[in-house]
Amino acid sequence: MIIVENIYKKFDGNQVLNDISFTFEPGKTNLIIGESGSGKTTLLKILIGLYDLDSGTIKYNERVFTKMKLKQKRQLRQEIGMLFQGGALFDYMTVEENIMFPLTMFTNQTEEEKLDRVNFCLNRVNLENKNHLLPSELSGGMLKRVAIARAISMNPKYLLCDEPNSGLDPKTAILIDNLIQEITQEYNITTVVNTHDMNSVMEIGEKIAFIHNGVIWWEGHKEELINSDNKQLNDFVFASELFKRLKKS
Amino acid sequence: MIKSLKSIGEYFIMMRKVVSRPEKYSVFFKQIILELDKIGLNSVGIVIIISFFIGGVVTIQTSINMSNPILPTYLIGIATRDSLILEFSPTMICLILAGKVGSNIASEIGTMRVTEQIDAIEIMGVNSTSFLILPKIIAAMFFFPFLIIISMSVGLFGGWIGGQAVGVSTADYMLGIKYDFLPYYITYALTKTIVFAFIITSVSAYFGYFTKGGAINVGVSSTKAVVYSSIIILIFNFILTDLLLS
Repeated sequence: MIIVENIYKKFDGNQVLNDISFTFEPGKTNLIIGESGSGKTTLLKILIGLYDLDSGTIKYNERVFTKMKLKQKRQLRQEIGMLFQGGALFDYMTVEENIMFPLTMFTNQTEEEKLDRVNFCLNRVNLENKNHLLPSELSGGMLKRVAIARAISMNPKYLLCDEPNSGLDPKTAILIDNLIQEITQEYNITTVVNTHDMNSVMEIGEKIAFIHNGVIWWEGHKEELINSDNKQLNDFVFASELFKRLKKS
Repeated sequence: MIKSLKSIGEYFIMMRKVVSRPEKYSVFFKQIILELDKIGLNSVGIVIIISFFIGGVVTIQTSINMSNPILPTYLIGIATRDSLILEFSPTMICLILAGKVGSNIASEIGTMRVTEQIDAIEIMGVNSTSFLILPKIIAAMFFFPFLIIISMSVGLFGGWIGGQAVGVSTADYMLGIKYDFLPYYITYALTKTIVFAFIITSVSAYFGYFTKGGAINVGVSSTKAVVYSSIIILIFNFILTDLLLS
């Protein structure tokens, strides 16, 4: 479980996050939704300590992240898997080396054990026998799946995903969404997904926070979202004709 | 002025993180080997080519400017030796390496920054500065002295070939090379080289590490890395020469 309480963040005098409080629950895909520039990525990067916050508290299962020293934060981060928007795979390493990297850095496993784990993770994301390809040789969907495989290689307790299906075709996007949800439920991970893709919201939105201008305007689950009368939320969710028709029906 | 001070502060804060203990020594040594290949071995070719021709040109120009019957011919060998050992090999080659290696380091780390690869390393719990920058610094400080020794040797060989073209006999040239030779000059040259290697790698890594934005900014960081490391090399060349030779 990740609990954020009263988070404030300013960039150059511009209030990006304003009194954000939310609980990200384990075993569920927790979604942060909102327009581009609403503060979603900032919140995600604050959760992991890539940005310092101005005030507020972040707790990872009773452990107060915001009070930790850098060394303690680094230790906690070993329990976190993160999926970046562009994958962030190391481009000079093969798929196998990318997934093996955290195992090499933080475990004393033998080469054979590490390889078994790599193959298990690749198998889990339906990418068998791609071990020796470089990231430049992968399609967008494959790249995201390798990034997921790397994120889960250390059996994380927390999985943070920054727009996991941006730039993907709808079919691959749904595949990635479902994969994230399956992994979340299978390993009881606290997953936080940052997205503005409404298909994702409808597919995997078990607990949703809608951020608008740095403030959480609404929270609930996907069924509640369809029937909500929150104007800002409706303007965002039902922006397309398809979703307007869905709302009417 | 404030911006410059901020940059200097950022550089020293970064360097403090760089020198922290590596997470895993086996990975760290593997990284050093990779960097020795990338930074060191890949530069051998260019160092040989430049040193050979500059050595030849120095001998030819010295010979032309010393066409006086009173001056002994072996002075050409002395002039070539001293210019190569004292200045050309350690300083000029390091300035060239600042262009080749420095831009490579800044663009590599800068690209990793803008594609969030550095964030990914940090999120895994790895000290990204120590993991990425320290092996480069160690590899350069270890390998650049060898490059400079190669440069001196090839330069002197090029000087001999150049001497043949303008009628400097092998005996005179060799006499000049050996005449009143001070081994301390080599110590001086290699000391400068180690300092320059540190400057090239750390300054370039700094500009790469703090890159913000996209591809254009990676290019800007790369250019800044070369310009600033060259300027700092020239300043330190002056200081070290004054300290070590005067």
